[in-house]
Amino acid sequence: MESLIEFQNVFFEYVNHAAERIIALDGISFNISQGEFVAVIGHNGSGKSTLAKLINALLKPSEGVVRVKGIDTQDSSRLWDIRRTAGMVFQNPDNQMVSTMVEEDVAFGPENLGVEPKVIRLRVNQALETVGMRDYARHAPHFLSGGQKQRVAIAGILAMKPEIIVLDEPTAMLDPIGRQEVLSTIKRLNKEEKITVVYITHFMEEAVEADRVLVMENGKIVIEGTPRQVFSKVDELKNMSLDVPQATELAHELRIAGLNIPQGILTAEELAGVLCP
Amino acid sequence: MLKDITLGQYFPGESQIHKLDPRYKIIITFLFVAAVFSVRNYAGYVFAFVYIAIASVLSGVSVKYLAGNLKPLYFIIVLTFIINSFFTRGETVIFTLWGLVFTREGLDQGIFMILRIVFLVLGTSLLTLTTSPISLTDGMEHLLRPLKRLGFPAHEISMMTTIALRFIPTLIEETDKIMKAQMARGADFESGNIFVRAKALVPLLVPLFISAFRRADELAMAMESRCYRGGDQRTRMNSLKAHKRDVIAILITILMMVLVFAVGRYF
Amino acid sequence: MPITVESLAHIYMPDSPFKSVALNDVSFNIDDGEYIGLIGHTGSGKSTLIQHLNGLLKPSSGRVVIDGIDLANTKGQALKDVRRNVGLVFQYPEHQLFEETVYRDISFGPKNYGLSQSEIDERVAKAMALVGLDFDKYKDRSPFEISGGQRRRVAIAGVLAINPKVLILDEPTAGLDPKGKNEILTQISELHKNSNITIILVSHNMDEIARLADRIIVMDKGTIALIGTPAQIYAEADKLEHMGLGIPQITKVVNLLRQKGLKLPQDVYTIQSARDLIFELLGGRGNA
Repeated sequence: MESLIEFQNVFFEYVNHAAERIIALDGISFNISQGEFVAVIGHNGSGKSTLAKLINALLKPSEGVVRVKGIDTQDSSRLWDIRRTAGMVFQNPDNQMVSTMVEEDVAFGPENLGVEPKVIRLRVNQALETVGMRDYARHAPHFLSGGQKQRVAIAGILAMKPEIIVLDEPTAMLDPIGRQEVLSTIKRLNKEEKITVVYITHFMEEAVEADRVLVMENGKIVIEGTPRQVFSKVDELKNMSLDVPQATELAHELRIAGLNIPQGILTAEELAGVLCP
Repeated sequence: MLKDITLGQYFPGESQIHKLDPRYKIIITFLFVAAVFSVRNYAGYVFAFVYIAIASVLSGVSVKYLAGNLKPLYFIIVLTFIINSFFTRGETVIFTLWGLVFTREGLDQGIFMILRIVFLVLGTSLLTLTTSPISLTDGMEHLLRPLKRLGFPAHEISMMTTIALRFIPTLIEETDKIMKAQMARGADFESGNIFVRAKALVPLLVPLFISAFRRADELAMAMESRCYRGGDQRTRMNSLKAHKRDVIAILITILMMVLVFAVGRYF
Repeated sequence: MPITVESLAHIYMPDSPFKSVALNDVSFNIDDGEYIGLIGHTGSGKSTLIQHLNGLLKPSSGRVVIDGIDLANTKGQALKDVRRNVGLVFQYPEHQLFEETVYRDISFGPKNYGLSQSEIDERVAKAMALVGLDFDKYKDRSPFEISGGQRRRVAIAGVLAINPKVLILDEPTAGLDPKGKNEILTQISELHKNSNITIILVSHNMDEIARLADRIIVMDKGTIALIGTPAQIYAEADKLEHMGLGIPQITKVVNLLRQKGLKLPQDVYTIQSARDLIFELLGGRGNA
């Protein structure tokens, strides 16, 4: 499978307000294939947000190459192609909405692309239907819950017909219900619409839903693999002040205490199944 | 507290007035204002009154809301009356007060002027009450488009207005929250003279401004991520279309203007 | 400084088409030195409730009595005094920072209460120590040049500097990464242990509250759905799931095991205790 997103030895440096040079990304390389659901975890400052913004060319690498669908992100003539292919949803549900009406906000993207009005209307209806917000089409965004706002933001990206959706901590400001709504919407988009998902988060129970997990620390990718592979490295993750799912940690503790428990436990059900078959 | 700002607020509805094309409504409002300014005698006001009364009834907006739009202007109305009545030269003196002369002609002029204010407010209120902010912005953008050729940034202004309208409730809520947070630390926004109170606003305004800039920054990133690059070659999902009722409304308005003008000239 | 709430109701915009009942017949007591967890979804009324506890909102009906004073009639200076004793830290408190230096921002509270310069110095130093910010290193820094987590600690210090007897924190871990969450919760725990301050922690995260609270109040749609010790609350797992609140993952594991026949108690919510109990039951057999 040809890679949809390629990072080749990417570095990203900047100068902060105290005039210090900060290395946000310290030589990372990875590929993401079409249809994958990849989670990127790491604590604040690990470089995961920078990684997200390099995908849709909001940032350009200081060194190295980032390619989206074969297009080099430094190619300014193809900037809008890149951003159409890789849509991005941000952390703050409020600061992504431009319009006073939900359907107008979802139409914003296609309008920018110069899509024909009738086609925009179709896309908007379809996108809102997909995220389950069709009934709110004529509502004002202000009265929506956080989860609903984020779903509208996702619809706004869907209306541009992207191949990739990058989500930068989309649930950090939401309550558990909102987090559920967003995560299940994204999972559905990945499984049913075959959209490639890059999901930045620090909620471990979200990362377990991915096909692959990249763990970042100090601008580098330090662990990579399936959720089971990654989360079985309990001590390493704890040393980086990251969490593991509670069931995984309990399994780990029991294993240390002497019980014979296999690696790779992720959920309460799995652990119970192993302890009491 | 801050959430009860009603002046200029939209009163949702499905009346014929609500459904009028906003471009036409804006033009009609301008024509109405021009008519009110050109009234010369009470007869003219009769036509204006009939016109605005019919429009108000058709719109379904409650009298309470209409009157509510006048409330903030009570002070100005009274002041205008007093100034015009006492300072207009006239012959038929009714009474004098502290050296100021109140004449029959002054009374006439006073009443005339406050009627003008009332009609102006009612006319423009009807516009804002029956047209949602987004429609108003759309209407204005369309009307200003021809000016684009002269370099006038019609699209940019419209985009800015839309975004501002979108964030007004959000910012009001944030102001409330910051105020409460500072009050929880003992801040006092109510007591003291004007200087004390102005200084007390710093802990409210600084965070608000910083937050506004942060929002703007994040919003700009989101807009760019959605391929926003200015107004060129942008399409619009909803476009404005004129209907028969818009043409009829304009014709009736012009008729009213002609009547007002004629009755002022020839009577 | 006991807190008593009796049949508290709060209706927003009562005379308009947008009327909404945020709180309905809420009653409870809080004693000195308790650590209370207040949990509920967005819309459950928890944010409205805490604003009543320091007089920012007045009841539509019912009473809020703090240290014997009914807040409904308190105004002006008396109200300011209440706020000196009941400190409220809002969500994302770093959004309220405004001064040029950390020192000056933290001293805003004490200054509003007319303390002397030396008293203010003392308070600021103490508050910074309580949140783990080095006094000399940070006092002259601009609050806008430090990290998000540090900014939050400055904001919390700003409330601690007024020396409240009750500290209410509305989702203090919102938006922080696991490390940040842990640090803040640990600091709040220490504060509680060392100064006997009454803590009310508002959250929608069961795991956070389970470890730390003496008692938990669960709110749902403007009323109190459950109130009691963590053990009592987590025994009602079904009700909690129904409200969409869930129970700590550990408790879930233990419940599943109990369903399969293992004799485990109901109130398990730390990894260590779960491990010990499970190992006790299964360890002897060498394998499950």
